[in-house]
Amino acid sequence: MSRSTAYQSTVDGQPMTQVMKPLVLSGLEPLIVTEHTNFVNVGERTNVTGSKRFARLIAEDKYDEALEVALDQVRGGAQILDVNMDEGMLDGKKAIVKFLHLIASEPEIARIPIMIDSSKWEIIEAGLQCVQGKGVVNSISLKEGEQEFIDHAKKVKRYGAAVIVMAFDEKGQADSYERRIEICERSYRILVDVVKFPPQDIIFDPNIFPVATGIEEHNNNALDFFQATKWIKENLPGAKVSGGVSNVSFSFRGNNVVREAMHSAFLYHGIQAGMDMGIVNAGMIEVYDEIPKDLLEHVEDVLLNRRDDATERMLAFAENVKGGGKKKVEDLGWREATVEDRLSHALVKGIVDFIEEDTEEARAKYNSPLQVIEGPLMDGMNVVGDLFGSGKMFLPQVVKSARVMKKSVAYLTPYLEKEKASGNTKGKILLATVKGDVHDIGKNIVGVVMACNNFDIEDMGVMVPADKILDRADEIGADIIGLSGLITPSLDEMVNVAEEMNRRKMKTPLLIGGATTSRIHTAVKISPKYDQAVIHVLDASKSVGVSTNLLSDRSTEFSKQIKSEYEVLAADHASRTETKSYISYDQAKANPAPIDWSQSPILEPNKEGITVFNNYDLSEIRKYIDWTPFFSTWMLKGKYPAIFENPTVGEEAKKLFSEAQEMLDEIIENRSLQANGVVGLFKVCRKGDDVVIVDNDKQFHFLRQQGKKAPGVPNLSLVDFINAEKEDYMGGFAVTAGVGLEKLVERYKAEHDDYKEIMAKALADRLAEAFAELMHEKIRKELWGYAANEKWSNEDLIKEKYKGIRPAPGYPACPDHTEKKTLFELLEVEKNTGITLTESYAMYPTAAVSGFYFSHPESKYFGLGKISKDQVEDYAKRKQMSEGEVEKWLSPNLNYK
Amino acid sequence: MKNLINTLHKKILVLDGAMGTMIQRHKLEEVDFRNESLKDHDKSLKGNNDLLSITRPDIIKEIHAQYFEAGADIAETNTFSSTTIAQADYGLEDLVYELNYQSAKIAKEVADDFTKKEPEKPRFVAGSMGPTNRTASLSPDVNDPGFRAITFEELRVAYKQQAEALIDGGVDMLLVETVFDTLNAKAALFAIEDVKDEKGIDIPVMVSGTITDASGRTLSGQTTEAFLISISHMDLLSVGLNCALGAAQLRPYLKILSDKSDFFVSAHPNAGLPNEFGQYDETPEMMADQIKEFLEGGLVNIIGGCCGTTPEHIAKISSLAARYQPRLIKSQQSTVDGLAVN
Repeated sequence: MSRSTAYQSTVDGQPMTQVMKPLVLSGLEPLIVTEHTNFVNVGERTNVTGSKRFARLIAEDKYDEALEVALDQVRGGAQILDVNMDEGMLDGKKAIVKFLHLIASEPEIARIPIMIDSSKWEIIEAGLQCVQGKGVVNSISLKEGEQEFIDHAKKVKRYGAAVIVMAFDEKGQADSYERRIEICERSYRILVDVVKFPPQDIIFDPNIFPVATGIEEHNNNALDFFQATKWIKENLPGAKVSGGVSNVSFSFRGNNVVREAMHSAFLYHGIQAGMDMGIVNAGMIEVYDEIPKDLLEHVEDVLLNRRDDATERMLAFAENVKGGGKKKVEDLGWREATVEDRLSHALVKGIVDFIEEDTEEARAKYNSPLQVIEGPLMDGMNVVGDLFGSGKMFLPQVVKSARVMKKSVAYLTPYLEKEKASGNTKGKILLATVKGDVHDIGKNIVGVVMACNNFDIEDMGVMVPADKILDRADEIGADIIGLSGLITPSLDEMVNVAEEMNRRKMKTPLLIGGATTSRIHTAVKISPKYDQAVIHVLDASKSVGVSTNLLSDRSTEFSKQIKSEYEVLAADHASRTETKSYISYDQAKANPAPIDWSQSPILEPNKEGITVFNNYDLSEIRKYIDWTPFFSTWMLKGKYPAIFENPTVGEEAKKLFSEAQEMLDEIIENRSLQANGVVGLFKVCRKGDDVVIVDNDKQFHFLRQQGKKAPGVPNLSLVDFINAEKEDYMGGFAVTAGVGLEKLVERYKAEHDDYKEIMAKALADRLAEAFAELMHEKIRKELWGYAANEKWSNEDLIKEKYKGIRPAPGYPACPDHTEKKTLFELLEVEKNTGITLTESYAMYPTAAVSGFYFSHPESKYFGLGKISKDQVEDYAKRKQMSEGEVEKWLSPNLNYK
Repeated sequence: MKNLINTLHKKILVLDGAMGTMIQRHKLEEVDFRNESLKDHDKSLKGNNDLLSITRPDIIKEIHAQYFEAGADIAETNTFSSTTIAQADYGLEDLVYELNYQSAKIAKEVADDFTKKEPEKPRFVAGSMGPTNRTASLSPDVNDPGFRAITFEELRVAYKQQAEALIDGGVDMLLVETVFDTLNAKAALFAIEDVKDEKGIDIPVMVSGTITDASGRTLSGQTTEAFLISISHMDLLSVGLNCALGAAQLRPYLKILSDKSDFFVSAHPNAGLPNEFGQYDETPEMMADQIKEFLEGGLVNIIGGCCGTTPEHIAKISSLAARYQPRLIKSQQSTVDGLAVN
């Protein structure tokens, strides 16, 4: 007894009647075979022994076409796909693995379970290792004795497949009713009793042999099969019966009318006897009711062995009905109707016979292939859709309709191409699902809709790495790249692709789509990474509109508009996310940065107190300039130095840069600007969220994040980076490179040289920032000296790779500008550098930077976000300021009005 | 094992929550991922969370204890990526046996401590067997759909080693989880059967699949029911779903399993869907509200949490689960067909 049954028998303590379960199989979708299931069609064309065409395709390594054979089987109604690669000239194992791998990537085929068909166990096992669903092994038998049979059956069970058992034993193939039931019963008992094979997963193939061969012993072949089937179904609980039907008509090769009638009649009687499934060429079956009565009578005489002369009579009769088979006189009255009605009729009825001539007629009439598709063909498909929706058509019929549609579209395609070639195509769109993601349904829809709108679509499929997408885009000169993805990690990959596009200095607009993507994510995360247009498209119809705009002559304007929309959206998001929910200030204080102070040694400065640097060497400062913001001041977008390669702004950027260098040289030469700075390092101790300078009791007041955080994420305050348990150190600085700027600017103003005026201001700003960077390095390496041995390139410095931070009052981590007052007093900034504070705490000269130094390795920049009233009250008390005044200075940071 | 199955008939068992989320709280550095024998290892090991079972067992044990404390009945070992295949990225294939063995051992120690303290609530350990980072059914190369980065046989060998070590380390059951490619899971199940044969033992096996999105399919394309069918050839303790979705999105697929499965049913969803930035922000209360629906619908026998869940989530889930009856295993009498055998 299986364990799952054992679990159950303990439920109520009494033995349960075990009822036979259905045979369940799976591909990507389930197939459940119950007593009530009609008859399961096994597609047989993907069999090298049964199909010459398939054998040739495999031999010639034309796996693409071989896949189409499989697809045709599925579309033709196969519910299980039989795959057989047993051919002497083939490496069967290799071939089956390759073919099954390819099938696995075709969802329409992989939908149904696979029947792994081989007489060689090693091929079967190789096949079993390739299918994720529960398939069927075809077949095992007692031919080589019980031991091998048991071994193979155990393996099949472990791989999780059902099994076809041939009526074959050590003595040979069963060819009579008695031998059939003898072997089947013996096989069944071994499988169920010894191997513990689930009985419902056993399928017998009691051998379908030809009839009407002229050999008398063969006359009972079909009847024996029917009777054996009946016996199996009655005596071997759960077992199913299958068989290869076309064998029965072997004698009538070349006479399809007779063969089709024989197959139908055989199936009719087989199913009556209990046959569950069969390997059948769906195209080679006549509808039983439609077999002409006289033909049927002859056929059944043979199958059921009803008369001694049945074979002779059948052969004689067959001579009269020779023909191509399955070609009946049809009612062609519908051919009289208009071309639109004919197309519609063909679609609804699934008739392909006249579709090309009708399509051509329509094309001539409409004078545009696209209009034929959008007009009569779509109308016809709409009728199909309505009928299907109201239950008047069934899926197989709809599939046939689709085939008619495809055929018609295929006929029109060359004309469509021609239209495109004649310059009518709107542009080349490259689509791909990003690396790590395999979902492509939505993307495919987008592709189709856009193609219908006359865009030239190239779809690279799924799991496409960034470089492949971008290489291909370059290769074909894509006008737009569309990325799709459905799972969350795809979002990051899209960001990566955008970054990569920027790195490559591409110009191609980027469209983002797929279920997890969103306008807000695109705006916040992707758009900032790429200087060109990045647009989120909600669905296929949106993508048409957006692409049309992008490829129109107002494209630049459109891109800019989207870019700025997204910027607003992103800024909005940054503030809005904070408003979500807040915790009390007390709770926030209880959730500081988790720093283990026992593991953080106090970093004592080499030089405590104030150090002044006046008239600092500008040529030294110059080396620390971050040029990217300089270009952005001039509205030239791009990163330095990559910006020089930018096809649009590159030349301009180069010119600007060289003029800037010229002016810098001049400034340095003439000492027209002066750089002054002061830094200080102080012993401090913490007092709640304040920091007290030990020597003079001056206090800095810090604010703490109050937004509700995910578990384990702290509510940060800069004060968290100061030791809470003992005395620690922090620093401050104020630097300027703007002393003398006013004079310089005056001069240019007098000369009405706006260009130079702006240039001088921009350079002074850059120098001030560079000076701050330089000073910070000096602090780390010398004055404080906690990172004496660090070695960073200027690029690394710009990326803030070093340890420690220098946040500035008025900036996100400590947005209160008024703290500058304390900082200025502490460092005696005005006296030491000449920088003054305006009444609104702006620094003058404007080319100045001031801030704090924190050295703790875990210190980092963050945004305060919004804070609540309780913190404002506390802060006002600490600062001895009125609440109203605090609220005035912090108004952008309040989560209340 | 009997103990476990008896308990499952009486009550809903609670599985623990996310390991990774808890490890993140510790803000570990490269040095935490190294010990004496790994000090000169040439690859960066930071982020190889499974390794912490060896280098920082204190942290892993503490997390197990936190979950047990929160009311979990079953802890998952810290072995999600402890196969030669997943560890190849770190060059630690040779350490795989020890990773699994140690992880199982420490989890079991913590479980035993709790069982001793509260004998009326025995604690169990499930050996976590993750999906690896390769797929046997999908090609990673879009231009070569016939290509496979891993074979069934390679997976079987790797999983066999993992299962052996987990069993040697003392786990009470095995959990083949986060199945995004059923073929990978089948290789794991095949390997487990091999181990059972060779060791002459029986051990309960849980399987938990991952429905990646609203299409209701696994990454490898199977519907929930097809997935269930494809693994039902094994005598499983339970089949369930975890990861990728939050409880709310998981419900319809869990319903399918609950309706169709003859095995016990498990679920350990994420703390909601990741937000636009890939973080999970469903609070314990929000998640418990969703899970309440599972319980009211009688859909589950085992319930827990995946990505983004914490002891706080598990505490809520655990106190909720205690108030509901477990799902009744579908009686085999109700299946179709009319054929009776003994």
